[in-house]
Amino acid sequence: MYDTLRFFTQSCADLLDEYFESEIIKAHLAGSSIIGTALGPRSPGTAYVLLHHYMGGIDGAVGAWGFARGGMGAVTQALAASLTASGGTVRSSATVEQVLVRGGRAAGVVLADGEEIHAPVVVSNLDVRRTFLETVAPQHLPPEFLAQVRRFKIRGSSGKLNIALDGLPHFPAIPQGSPCTRGDLHVTDTIDMLERAYDDWKEGRWSRAPYIDMLIPTQIDPTMAPHGKHYMSVFVQYCPYQLADGGWTDARRQAFGDTVIETIARHSPNFKDLILHAEIRTPRELESEVGLTEGNIFQGELTFDQLLFNRPIPGYAQYRAPLRGLYMCGSSTHPGGGVMGAPGANAAGAILADLRRKA
Amino acid sequence: MLTASEPHYHQPLLKTPFHERARAASQLDSFVAWSGYSTVDVFTSVEQEYFAIRNASSLYDLTPMVKYRIAGADALRFLNRLVTRDLSKTGPGRVAYAVWCNDEGRLIDDGTVFCIAHNEYRVCTAERQLDWLSASAIGFDVEIAEVTEEVAALAVQGPTSCALLRALGLAGVERLKPFELGQFALPGAARPAPARIEMMVSRTGFTGDLGYELWMRPADAEGVWDALMEEGRSRAIRPVGSRALNIARIEAGFLLPNLDFVSAAHTLRVGTERSPLELGLAWLVDFNKGHFTGRRALLEEQRRGPTRQLVGLDIEGNKPAHNALLYADRSGRKPVGSVTSATWSPTCKRNLALAMLDAPYIALGSTVWAEIYLNRELVWERRMARARVVERPFYAPQRRRATPPADF
Amino acid sequence: MAAGGNGQYDCIVVGGGHNGLVCATYLARSGRSVLVLEAAERLGGAAVTREFAPGFRVSACAHLLHLMPAPLMRELGLAGHGLKLAAQALPTVALSADGAHLRLAPGDLSDLAQHSPADATAYAQWQALAQRLTAALHPVLAEPPPRLGTGSWRQRAALLRLGWQIRRLGRRDMRELLRIGGMCVQDLLDERFESGLLKGALALDAVLGSNLGPRSPGTVLSLLYRIAAAGGAEGLAQPQGGLGALSEALARAAGAAGAQMRTRAAVERIVVRQDRASGVVLASGEELAARVVISSADPKTTLLGLLGSEYLDAGFVRRVAQLRTRGLAAKLHLALEALPQFRGLTPAALRGRLLVAPSPDYIERAFNHAKYGEFSAAPMLEITVPTLADPALAPPGKQVLSVIVQYAPYALAAGWQGQRQRFTDLVIDTLAGFAPDLRRCVASAELLTPPDIEREFRISGGHWHHAELALDQFFMVRPVPGAAQYQAPVPGLFLCGAGCHPGGGVMGLAGRNAARQVMREAA
Ligand SMILES: Cc1cc2nc3c(=O)[nH]c(=O)nc-3n(C[C@H](O)[C@H](O)[C@H](O)COP(=O)(O)OP(=O)(O)OC[C@H]3O[C@@H](n4cnc5c(N)ncnc54)[C@H](O)[C@@H]3O)c2cc1C
Ligand SMILES: Cc1cc2nc3c(=O)[nH]c(=O)nc-3n(C[C@H](O)[C@H](O)[C@H](O)COP(=O)(O)OP(=O)(O)OC[C@H]3O[C@@H](n4cnc5c(N)ncnc54)[C@H](O)[C@@H]3O)c2cc1C
Repeated sequence: MYDTLRFFTQSCADLLDEYFESEIIKAHLAGSSIIGTALGPRSPGTAYVLLHHYMGGIDGAVGAWGFARGGMGAVTQALAASLTASGGTVRSSATVEQVLVRGGRAAGVVLADGEEIHAPVVVSNLDVRRTFLETVAPQHLPPEFLAQVRRFKIRGSSGKLNIALDGLPHFPAIPQGSPCTRGDLHVTDTIDMLERAYDDWKEGRWSRAPYIDMLIPTQIDPTMAPHGKHYMSVFVQYCPYQLADGGWTDARRQAFGDTVIETIARHSPNFKDLILHAEIRTPRELESEVGLTEGNIFQGELTFDQLLFNRPIPGYAQYRAPLRGLYMCGSSTHPGGGVMGAPGANAAGAILADLRRKA
Repeated sequence: MLTASEPHYHQPLLKTPFHERARAASQLDSFVAWSGYSTVDVFTSVEQEYFAIRNASSLYDLTPMVKYRIAGADALRFLNRLVTRDLSKTGPGRVAYAVWCNDEGRLIDDGTVFCIAHNEYRVCTAERQLDWLSASAIGFDVEIAEVTEEVAALAVQGPTSCALLRALGLAGVERLKPFELGQFALPGAARPAPARIEMMVSRTGFTGDLGYELWMRPADAEGVWDALMEEGRSRAIRPVGSRALNIARIEAGFLLPNLDFVSAAHTLRVGTERSPLELGLAWLVDFNKGHFTGRRALLEEQRRGPTRQLVGLDIEGNKPAHNALLYADRSGRKPVGSVTSATWSPTCKRNLALAMLDAPYIALGSTVWAEIYLNRELVWERRMARARVVERPFYAPQRRRATPPADF
Repeated sequence: MAAGGNGQYDCIVVGGGHNGLVCATYLARSGRSVLVLEAAERLGGAAVTREFAPGFRVSACAHLLHLMPAPLMRELGLAGHGLKLAAQALPTVALSADGAHLRLAPGDLSDLAQHSPADATAYAQWQALAQRLTAALHPVLAEPPPRLGTGSWRQRAALLRLGWQIRRLGRRDMRELLRIGGMCVQDLLDERFESGLLKGALALDAVLGSNLGPRSPGTVLSLLYRIAAAGGAEGLAQPQGGLGALSEALARAAGAAGAQMRTRAAVERIVVRQDRASGVVLASGEELAARVVISSADPKTTLLGLLGSEYLDAGFVRRVAQLRTRGLAAKLHLALEALPQFRGLTPAALRGRLLVAPSPDYIERAFNHAKYGEFSAAPMLEITVPTLADPALAPPGKQVLSVIVQYAPYALAAGWQGQRQRFTDLVIDTLAGFAPDLRRCVASAELLTPPDIEREFRISGGHWHHAELALDQFFMVRPVPGAAQYQAPVPGLFLCGAGCHPGGGVMGLAGRNAARQVMREAA
């Protein structure tokens, strides 16, 4: 019980100090404590973020991560197929402009093209800021609730590079033919390096020596690239949504990408020569393209004030919006982000319970 | 590209220094993982191997036992604060079975403590304990080093084991009393092994029978194995796997972690960890020796009295009560515990089990009912079998203690 | 009251810090024979006044009194025992490089309104909220924390009371408390205020004495805590004669209640017989017997040093060994020939508490260095000039400047040996940025780094709170689970210092709570 209490309150660095002595092992594990998080490994509460990343499991290996054949897209395709098979309908290219409110309760949605769709239950997968500040007219919500929504912290701190490669890069540190390149490759030398990477983010610049978490899934799933070529997915921590010295520009985005590529190249001499194309994504693009506000990967930070009974908003942690018929099911809600599905499943539970009560 | 036979991630297994010999002797190629090593489950048949333990001589590779060297000015003080029994009586040349607990008095592991010299010990454990040993070392002048890979270990057990070792030239081995250890040499001359082999021998084992454990350098392992197999031919020696050993250890009433209890270091659910008192190991708990980890919690538990205990059961019929639930009466309405280990005992000709039972059913002689599922040519039947709480060990032959042991 | 017939005391208190003295007073008042054993030559622990340059005296560690609840001071009768305040309700002046300092005085937000009218309103609202929240928190501080999972009626009742205390806040405040309780102070300040100076001043209060920066989660709670300790009445005071005068008054109160006190009596070890603490052995070899031993030394010293792990369970020992106890606050004392001129401040304004903490970012950057074992390139400072209200501390016409400097890590990567002068110069230069003629006024300087504090005050790591006061070492888990009710696992041994709930600062609640626990458990 006391250990649980401490998990929520401790810093990842302190937690790891209690269990390990090797700097590289600590740094490796600490990576999971900062992914998507606007905190450093020495910030209290990051022990929880570490745990958050070990919450799942793949094929019986607790805490393991896996690849989906065809990429993450395959997971959501399968989810959509499951929905359809259960009798649901999916429409894409259907931007919701507004939640329709009739008689003090949600009654459907209005799409960007003006189409109205009516339903007694509306469930929003958008983060709370988008849901309540952009799609629901403010007069339908308690002002205090809205004030809390505005305070909901959803700062972006991660970037992403998708790199097309002409061949498999060579990492001298990894023995030739080792299965290691198939897994997750991290650039994490020490906890201090991660902490300094965070210091850069606090100052409104991308990390000069970033934490890098990269995968080359085409080694396992060749369907993702033309024959003989490879795709590398690079997750980068930290990259701010707003730069201290002015806004993001194409040149700055490129400079961010270069920092990342240089960092990888330091560990792989032939890496740069193999690059066919690099798609560079800062929190700006994650926001505009994927729809993640400020590019926050969890639809809201995973700090105590936004966890458990506080997630997303104190008093509204039960997936129900303060507007009858409107629910939340995105990663802004408990237990938070990652391709996990728990918020969606929990929300369905809450909605079904309400429907049953009425029936 | 990932081929189908590859695991998600690589989990390498070490080979013990006896591995090549074991593989050669194995008919079934049935190896299992044990503490990071691959070891033999069954060589030929469980029954034959079992009878080698009880009626002749057996060889069992126990190299995967985790071994620590513990030395330093505070070694004894450290160990006495670690384990529940008093080790001050275990002087040089002596071995003691001991258990240790967490602060709540719940069992973390059991093992044997070998006192090699004053303030120098070897501790053999079932699982890796460095984390707990290091925590326990705070404030003590003691050095702890894992030496698992530096020491090969072979158990020679069975009524002819002493004769066998003597025949091999281990002079004076017959004078070792139970739980004593000594340094011995296997003379070089006539053996397949070219030179003298020094080793430590302890009169210990996991069979409850006459037997010894041989501790040697890995480089000497094959030489010792060969010598024993050669000399043991006339004494019907057999290498045995863990399945046969498991029958013997249940007869002897010994506990196995993860079968009879789960270490408190691993339990996730509240209430599944066990105290030594609950496991019937009160004789290993010395409240008068000074403080040890878990003492206050155990005292409190003793004051409250037992709520459940591990007991020995003698069950009617001959179908082992594997994983059976236990009930207060035949109706099977009131659950009172469950079986942790079960076997048909070929030597005692009794259907035996170790079981965790609720008070008050733990008293000797009380009767409970075991729910057993019988497979009659794939037709399953449920049987309620009467089970009586009996004394442990179930099997304790005189020769286990006799010094010098009988010659064969 | 003297020792009983067989030379045995009812209670021996190890360490005569302010908490030890408070504890001893309550125990002596309950009719027990009490002996306080203090290793140093004077009582008071980190609340003492001593000479640091010929003729110059200063509060050697703690320099402002602001946490001790008024009811406790009344209960102890400190005024009657000679405590006088040279100054109280001191204003805080947040220094600004451009001379546009911000002055915050109790009940006077006029200067803030000049800086930012919006902040004046917002600050008043915050104060009101903080008042309500801390009114609920104060009783929590003034009682031993409940123990989890024992099932005893008393523990359950304590938990219920705690829950009720928070429920009583009403739904709105309760939710706000649960939301901001774990938050970092910078986010809270950014939600509410715009003035960097105001935010900097409040952020300083939230991180002073701890290994945290304004962006560290949990710092809102430290801020509330500071207010809660004094029962919501936040007032900075300066005892006449320095903090040592407070300790002297506490000692007189203890003496009046019948407690005996011995200084230069370092306890070497706590004696355990039959699994019970039964007395102590002094460094001199002298053995003293007692039915109960209560230690105000820090938990690591008490449990691992004086008691020893052989009397404790291994898991518990590991938790104690892992306590985070490395201090980050240093103290600089300057003996001044004359009062320096602070730009934009009248000499009268120097009577207040001066802060160099112009913004949360400034503090966070100062904190950054500490993470890597460096001292801050631009440190955060809390400054007093005690001689303005209490001229007797220095020779006539001369002044004393007392500065708390953060961050100065205990384990400086470069080692403190070669860095003392550089660090002293850095602090003086930082001050000189506001008072250009300061250097000319300095007659001598004394620097106390955390290792110095460790040595002089016998506090592991030289830590302000004896053990870091952060969420994972807080309340029911302070200092560690298994000793969070002032009771060590060895019967008859208690803790009463800053390492216990509710933590450090010259507050006295740990001592009082511990005394209550002793009376309850060892009747
Ligand atoms: C760079 C990056 C790397 C990551 N890596 C991993 C990883 O390796 N593993 C992992 O588990 N997690 C990872 N994550 C986190 C994970 O992707 C997210 O937490 C998760 O996808 C969030 O799922 P969601 O369903 O809650 O929300 P979203 O996926 O954000 O879904 C919201 C949906 O709503 C749509 N939408 C928005 N506005 C409207 C509107 N007005 N009308 C209609 N539709 C709208 C959006 O288009 C979007 O499809 C990563 C995230 C990022 C950014
Ligand atoms: C640089 C600095 C500045 C501070 N400034 C302030 C401030 O302005 N205001 C404020 O309220 N708080 C301040 N504090 C915090 C405050 O000083 C402490 O938290 C508080 O004084 C602790 O009191 P205590 O009685 O719990 O322990 P201590 O004062 O540490 O008392 C413990 C006593 O035990 C004695 N002792 C230890 N070992 C033995 C032994 N073996 N035998 C006998 N005696 C022993 C010690 O000598 C000491 O006297 C400051 C702390 C620091 C480090």
